[in-house]
Amino acid sequence: MGLYLNQYPLASIVLITGFMMILIGLWGMLTKTNIIKIIISITVVETGVNVILVSIGYIQGRTAPILDTAVLQIDALSRVVDPIPSALVLTSIVIGLGTTALMLSYVIKMYRVRQSLNIEDFGVLKW
Amino acid sequence: MIKRFFIALSLIILAGTFAKVVYNFVPNTELTNVAKHYVQHGTQELGATNLVTAVVVTYRGLDTLGEVVVLFISAAGVGLLLRRRKNDLVTKEEKRTEPSFLVQSVAEILVPLIFMLGAYIFLNGHLTPGGGFQGGAVIASGTMLLFLAAPYKHLNHGVLTALESISGFAYVLIGILGVTLLGAGHFIDNRFLPLGELGTLLSAGAIPIIYIIIGLKVGTELSVVLEDMREE
Repeated sequence: MGLYLNQYPLASIVLITGFMMILIGLWGMLTKTNIIKIIISITVVETGVNVILVSIGYIQGRTAPILDTAVLQIDALSRVVDPIPSALVLTSIVIGLGTTALMLSYVIKMYRVRQSLNIEDFGVLKW
Repeated sequence: MIKRFFIALSLIILAGTFAKVVYNFVPNTELTNVAKHYVQHGTQELGATNLVTAVVVTYRGLDTLGEVVVLFISAAGVGLLLRRRKNDLVTKEEKRTEPSFLVQSVAEILVPLIFMLGAYIFLNGHLTPGGGFQGGAVIASGTMLLFLAAPYKHLNHGVLTALESISGFAYVLIGILGVTLLGAGHFIDNRFLPLGELGTLLSAGAIPIIYIIIGLKVGTELSVVLEDMREE
């Protein structure tokens, strides 16, 4: 238990960066009124989550899981990082792209109706 | 004012939670059990040197099929939302300005090279970092440059949609081919083709074919999304 920053500098720095990106994105989502800025904040949160996933899969001092040389194949278990978080992040990035494209096209549609990008002007669903 | 206060309060509480997580975080010093199996047997079982590709295409192939479906649905949603009538389009086009000579001539040189790079990335997905999704995104960036250089030209929607549908169909077909040739439990299995020599282009069974299909599908899909958004 305790802070592992000194022992594992790279993984900890990346982890802290990811959590800070989530906080920055949430702050943007909660305080901004421009819909485009809210979407940018959502993508920042997404990127933060991806960064955290990658940092969890990282193992200090190891290399990418591509076994292209004979030496690497023999002692692969002690030389490569976890390939599963990388695969998961690949999926997550692509789905993030899809959702962002869909959100932006909704914004275009909304702008056509009200000629405004301010979230305060769309009060229909407000309680 | 009260809203700002609650936003700040909730963010501070969340930051405290995150700080506790970071403080108690113990990084892995060795691979987890599933990852151990993938690293130890992945190259022998599937013939792919890039283990991330082995996980994405074969071990977790069903997830990737779902991912392709999600991307397809979002592209279809964008098309549905941004659909316009033909006569609206003509009036809109007159406002566009001609791109500079520099953009036009650079695009002529670069667009084929970008498409070639995209094809290279998805053909070598089982050997080097890269794969279908990355290659498809590179191809879509080439399409973007094409749009910047020739704002009056339109892509042939029919050809793109046909290519996209055929790739999606072929992906499922290859998945089912694994079941018919290797038996139940082998959906999206790449081993119905010979694995070949490790590290060569024609190796890893059906992984290169699946990645070519995914690359074409993602490339055309993103190009259609770009085209839909450009016509606004």
